[in-house]
Amino acid sequence: MYRRSFLKGLLWFISARIFSRNGVTRAIASTNPDTTATTHANGKSIIKGYDPTRHRYAMGIDVDKCIGCNRCVEACTVENDVPPEPFFTRTWVERYVIKKDKSVHVENISNGSDGPKERLEEADILRSFFVPKLCNQCENPPCVQVCPVGATFSTEDGVVLIDSERCIGCGYCIQACPYGARYLHPKTRTADKCTFCYHRIVKGMLPACVEVCPTGARVFGDLKNRASRLVRFERMNKIHVLKPHLNTHPKVYYADLDGEVR
Amino acid sequence: MFERIPEQIRRLAIVFVIVIGGTVVLRYFVLPPSLFETRLHRESTIQREVAKQVKFAGTTVCGGCHEDTATVKRKGFHKNLSCESCHGPAAMHTEDPMTVKPFAPRKRKFCPLCHEYDPSRPTGFPQINVTIHNPLKPCITCHNPHHPEPPTVPRECSACHAGIARTKAVSHHALIACTTCHRASRKHKVSPRRVKPTKPDTREFCGKCHREGSKRKDAPKIDLSTHGGRYLCWECHYPHMPGVA
Repeated sequence: MYRRSFLKGLLWFISARIFSRNGVTRAIASTNPDTTATTHANGKSIIKGYDPTRHRYAMGIDVDKCIGCNRCVEACTVENDVPPEPFFTRTWVERYVIKKDKSVHVENISNGSDGPKERLEEADILRSFFVPKLCNQCENPPCVQVCPVGATFSTEDGVVLIDSERCIGCGYCIQACPYGARYLHPKTRTADKCTFCYHRIVKGMLPACVEVCPTGARVFGDLKNRASRLVRFERMNKIHVLKPHLNTHPKVYYADLDGEVR
Repeated sequence: MFERIPEQIRRLAIVFVIVIGGTVVLRYFVLPPSLFETRLHRESTIQREVAKQVKFAGTTVCGGCHEDTATVKRKGFHKNLSCESCHGPAAMHTEDPMTVKPFAPRKRKFCPLCHEYDPSRPTGFPQINVTIHNPLKPCITCHNPHHPEPPTVPRECSACHAGIARTKAVSHHALIACTTCHRASRKHKVSPRRVKPTKPDTREFCGKCHREGSKRKDAPKIDLSTHGGRYLCWECHYPHMPGVA
């Protein structure tokens, strides 16, 4: 007879839910005002005195100023507890060497060595420079589209974050990112990437890499603030983004980027 | 029309309608909407992210206590450099200044991270060749990292002796003034070939630093009685670039 009473109970439960639905929703709404607002209201009550809808963060990189010292990579590793080995980094610096025969050599100088590694024959170099790279915090992020469990998302202030408790470590997003900005964290086995140091920027501080950059090659700012350094940087420089044809709308802006940079 | 559909198909259709209808009811009316809501997950992610510990305090904080250093730094080439670029993360130090001390780079290998010559570095950025630039001494013996400037030779000497000045500037003797070893009378400037400046004329002059038992700790020591015989030191060693030539 258990089945009979179970089915009866189920029937009561279902009908009760249907009729009480509106009332319950209203009750929740009255205790928590955020629920009635748009779904974008997140964050308002989370961080005291901080309204994410009033910010839109982005970074500018002055390629001509980067000296490839790797201070940014080291600071990022410390600030965000990125494991020192096996050489995963949230940001990294690439050395581009364009030789006189027009061949392009790209080398990541941030993976484990103290400063630049390879010495090239100087007479062969046509031009050479460093390009710092990091998560582009795309407006239209491919990593968010592919996540099967919805663990990664864009916040109101334009930063792409990962819910490490939802992430199942399938690695789809790592494959999907055209900039190679994501990696699988060797300890948590979840995807990890640059967050623009979200815990710092909501407190009005600069991301760690921008803080320590000795030459000011990295510029951080708020696109919604007319008086931010980044807006001025955009105004004064010719701005490029990486892989614009992919329609990801990156928010890391490179000034005077060489055409060879991919 | 309806009768023409076979009985078993009709029954099957009823089952399908019940299953589909039940699913719709379950999804939209029974299960609470918060079950599908991503807001809570996102909020908790943001909360976790925001709760992370800040390790770099930011350069504006440092000047509050280290006012003297900040004033010196403000005028030099390193004025736009954050304190924590060299000293490392110091948020712990700001909370507990007495017990937690930030890192202070004193070794020679630290400064070349930025200042070693590299063909990829932008033109005009000050760079050195580490192997020949005053070898084996930490950079801070000659350069004040809070106000870096190349050690200068008095313009009076370098105006004519620029080659010597350049050589000496990157040698072990970079910090020794020209006048420590040479005395030039005023007339040397008027008629440089006729009135020459003095040169050290005793072995004991160099011995002040280089004899065994001298107080200078970083100078290499020799035994004056056995080393070099009757010659003056500078007859074999080039004092403007000692150790190399």
